[in-house]
Amino acid sequence: MIGRLIKYGVMFVVLVLMQVLVLNQVQLSGYINPFIYVLFIMLLPVSTPRYLLLILGFLIGFVVDIFSNSLGIHAAATVFIAFVRPFVISSISTREEDRNEYPGLRQNKFSWFLSYTAIMVLLHHFVLFYLEYFTFSHFFLTFLRVLLSSVFSIFIIVLSQFIIFRE
Amino acid sequence: MRSLIRYLLKNHAFVLFVLLEGFALTMVFNYNSFQKATYLNSASRLTGTVYNMFHSVTGYFGLAKINRELAGENARLRSLLENQPGYFLSPDSTSSTQLQNDSVFRFITAEVINNSVNRPLNYLTLNKGRKQGIKPDMGIISNRGIVGVVGQVSESYAMGLSVLNQRWSVSAKVKKNGYYGSLMWNGTDYRYATLAEIPLHVDVAIGDTVVTSGYSSIFPEGILVGTISDFTRPDGENYYAIKVKLFVDFKSISHVEVVENTDRQEIDELDKTLKNDRQAN
Repeated sequence: MIGRLIKYGVMFVVLVLMQVLVLNQVQLSGYINPFIYVLFIMLLPVSTPRYLLLILGFLIGFVVDIFSNSLGIHAAATVFIAFVRPFVISSISTREEDRNEYPGLRQNKFSWFLSYTAIMVLLHHFVLFYLEYFTFSHFFLTFLRVLLSSVFSIFIIVLSQFIIFRE
Repeated sequence: MRSLIRYLLKNHAFVLFVLLEGFALTMVFNYNSFQKATYLNSASRLTGTVYNMFHSVTGYFGLAKINRELAGENARLRSLLENQPGYFLSPDSTSSTQLQNDSVFRFITAEVINNSVNRPLNYLTLNKGRKQGIKPDMGIISNRGIVGVVGQVSESYAMGLSVLNQRWSVSAKVKKNGYYGSLMWNGTDYRYATLAEIPLHVDVAIGDTVVTSGYSSIFPEGILVGTISDFTRPDGENYYAIKVKLFVDFKSISHVEVVENTDRQEIDELDKTLKNDRQAN
């Protein structure tokens, strides 16, 4: 229990710092801004109580918000994906035996993890970017930003699973 | 009542979701009242310290470029000084500069420890705060031109809105004829801003310089902004749509100066009395 607490605590801090110190400074062409702290919500054990999932989701979004002066925007996006996570997991896991307690890459098939990452990241980025721009006058431009940033986020998240977040 | 409680307990996830999402959205749409809380933005002690520590490492990478820029600016300032007849350089390097006859501006140097260019609302964090005399609503400039304005200040850090922030605009004028309008950013390209409210009869050309107007008490008059790169006459409007290429490269900004107008309080008081008069009539 304590070990798990420390593991997820370290993951929280590392992901937030990675996000605000490295990835928020990567400014490719002004369109792409990957957000990988989504990984924290994605990797929580499947049996995590839903209220805890929501509270942790709010917390990580709120901390990123404070660092990037965008109060509420990240929190709204992370609470949303924390809420839909159980539905996403149950909808992409076809058979009962597919389901693993840990939704990481090592414990699951590559195709399962890829579609899980893609759905979660796209949902998060949609809420985030449309809240941030909050105007439909740039509808297609924002859409482009969502897609490009999502591709980068998905790529980095999958890559990170190969490199660091292995148990 | 009991069935209501049972319902809430059964759907506690949904209820909590609605509560948290509602709270987050309230913060988004009431940004003003929440942004005023200095502990909830990048100027707070925790975030400022994290950015500062990180910057103390990464800051070294840009030193060669910064040195080059400083040397260039020294040369420019010296040539300005030499060409000013009757101006003597006092041995005491006082930070007060008499830029205009009627108002005194004071400059405080600071380093940018966090900055963004690709959000619709871009902010920067400076490594100086209240202790060094920085107050909200002071202007931020660099050696190439205007950068932004200070928003929130904590004990030793400050958060500023850059020109690339759609919640802020600044009064700017075309240098050659003095017609002024407001400079805004449209949220797409960090190299360009838009100058609005220049009437159609004014003579503008591509390549004209745009400088600050000095009508606000934030910036001195004549701080560089950019050059006109394109302009159109929108149908049915009396004003040009002017695209301005900014002098400051917001992607590589490192050292800035915070401008304090020491007459600021007086100007603001005067403005207030004028406003009150208008309301009384």
